[in-house]
Amino acid sequence: MRQRGFAAPAPPPPMDSQRAAAVRAIAERHAGSRGPLLPILHAVVEELGHVAEEDVATIADVLNLSRADVHGVVTFYHDFRRTPPVAHRVELCRAEACQAVGAQAVFDAVTQRYAGDEDVEIGQVFCFGNCALGPSGTIDGRLRGRLTAELVDAELEASR
Amino acid sequence: MTTVYVPCDSAAVAVGADAVARALEAVDGITVLRNGSRGALWLEPLVEVETDRGRIGYPAVSAPAVAELVAGGMLDGGDVGGCVGVVDELPWLAGQQRVSFARVGVIEPTSIAAYEAHGGYAGLRRALSMDPAAVVEEVVESGVRGRGGAGFPAGIKWRTVAGATADVKFVCCNADEGDSGTFADRMLMEGDPFTLIEGMTIAAHAVGATEGYVYIRSEYPAAVTTMRRAIEIAYAHGWLGERIQGSDTSFDLYIRVGAGAYICGEETSMLESLEGRRGEVRAKPPIPALHGLFGRPTVVNNVLTLGAVPMILAEGAAAYQARGVGRSRGTQVFQLAGNVRQGGIVELDFGVTLGELVEGYGGGTLTGRPVRAVQVGGPLGAYLPPEQFDLPMDYEAFVEAGAMVGHGGIVVFDDTVDMAGMARFAMEFCAAESCGKCTPCRIGSTRGVEVIDRIRAGVRREENLVLLEDLCTTMTKGSLCAMGGLTPMPVQSALAHFPEDFGLPPAVGEAAEEAIPDEASAAREGTRP
Repeated sequence: MRQRGFAAPAPPPPMDSQRAAAVRAIAERHAGSRGPLLPILHAVVEELGHVAEEDVATIADVLNLSRADVHGVVTFYHDFRRTPPVAHRVELCRAEACQAVGAQAVFDAVTQRYAGDEDVEIGQVFCFGNCALGPSGTIDGRLRGRLTAELVDAELEASR
Repeated sequence: MTTVYVPCDSAAVAVGADAVARALEAVDGITVLRNGSRGALWLEPLVEVETDRGRIGYPAVSAPAVAELVAGGMLDGGDVGGCVGVVDELPWLAGQQRVSFARVGVIEPTSIAAYEAHGGYAGLRRALSMDPAAVVEEVVESGVRGRGGAGFPAGIKWRTVAGATADVKFVCCNADEGDSGTFADRMLMEGDPFTLIEGMTIAAHAVGATEGYVYIRSEYPAAVTTMRRAIEIAYAHGWLGERIQGSDTSFDLYIRVGAGAYICGEETSMLESLEGRRGEVRAKPPIPALHGLFGRPTVVNNVLTLGAVPMILAEGAAAYQARGVGRSRGTQVFQLAGNVRQGGIVELDFGVTLGELVEGYGGGTLTGRPVRAVQVGGPLGAYLPPEQFDLPMDYEAFVEAGAMVGHGGIVVFDDTVDMAGMARFAMEFCAAESCGKCTPCRIGSTRGVEVIDRIRAGVRREENLVLLEDLCTTMTKGSLCAMGGLTPMPVQSALAHFPEDFGLPPAVGEAAEEAIPDEASAAREGTRP
């Protein structure tokens, strides 16, 4: 049921002081450039794997923004993942050019095959710019063309 | 030593070029150079061997096949492994008019010496010797139009920025090429990055800007790496930074990486994103030329627009103006994609017909089945049947036919395609990628998916078709930017040309064209996403 009036503010997430220091260092490194928030978030994902709830407050503090501003940006963009990364990530293109050569069937087969696998995460992407050699996808960041479900298996096997 | 070229373009790497390069490096007597891609993507990895006759091409080389090719005389240009002969003489390539892509695939992307040896920096040298206002006029006279989709004359935009006064002005390159079926921006940045840097520097000199940003989508990591490297090299050689080549022009250039939001290909949401905010579209006016990045006058152009500028300055506006048809001047870099036998880059003067591109250069479908539909201009472009293959590639002719040239991307589908499914996907994509700022796009797209589902299921089909038309009109007229405004284009064109896929009687002849309402075919201001 919806609550009337102001709800009590959510308790701040527990802080990991080492992580907070790392995030603060990243934010301070970029703070001098124009419009630094996206470069900071990219760096946090690259160096720490994901943007945790607690990082938002740290970044907001360094940039003198509200937490809401930072939260709004983090949640707008697909790239700023908010959960720790899994061991392997497969991204498959579902855009028109890849659909024209059967990307949907590959996507369905791969998502089904790795449905229960906790080490593998399957994501959809709209276009890698490899539209003449589709279906395209990345396996742990390696771009591959003319993908089949079997090729995804083989590439993942090579990664493991 | 024999020089062997192995493309480093992502498309070639995606089919094994790196492994081929490593295998060749292990062979004695070979110097392996990494060039960009020639754009003949169905031949990748296309290995080229330098010989007295020219560069001889070997298509679709795999790493395990290298030893056999070398033993068969590949290093002397021998006829093994389906050798295609001298690459420059391939009819597919020789028939093209490569201007923007003249160097792509020929040189090593980050070799500034090779760039200059192939005519690079001639445009900027000339521009720096000219009065900035004269440079702007040269671009106006060339007639070059924005390659991002809307086709707005670039020179007019520059003139507006040049005429504005501010403490700082910016040049921004929109390299958030998110449209499916387009990859020319990526290939130019990966294959000839200095062209873009030179074009942006000329723009900066012309309008009095001192700072520039290239906003590259994160799905193009190789383009980001190559551009960053090229910028470092340009600084080291005095082509960026303070007092470029001893002139009074100073220009600093930075790379910014997108974060997976398609809408950031729209110029105002790209500016929002560069400023570190959610990529939500801004209402226009004020136009970015006067009130752009951080509220300052800003040139925002697409990669291919800025990439065409060095040639215009090097050879003069007249040389560029002499190419093309009607008000579509110069060349367009067409991209053949999807279910096509010979996919890749085809750069030709405007005016070539759609059929020549799809059937001629493209060689029909990859599956060998008949072409049923092509989508021109990205996910927001119209679906056209083969009956319209005589359409010339020309901004105005396409608008008249209820379609758009857009970015020059052409996606081919064979006769197994379900066009009602593609129409649904257009709405689904819009729902996934809408920035959410305006209602017609944010909510209309979701309702669009539902209505199309009901039409496909045969639920009160007549009534729902009326509803769909109504919804499309609302989206077209009421959306803030081209994302919501153009999503009805693929939907309505699919419905007009392929009604049988929606459970309706087939279209006959002219009726199909008349079925597209005027508002959908009217060209819209604003740029792609």
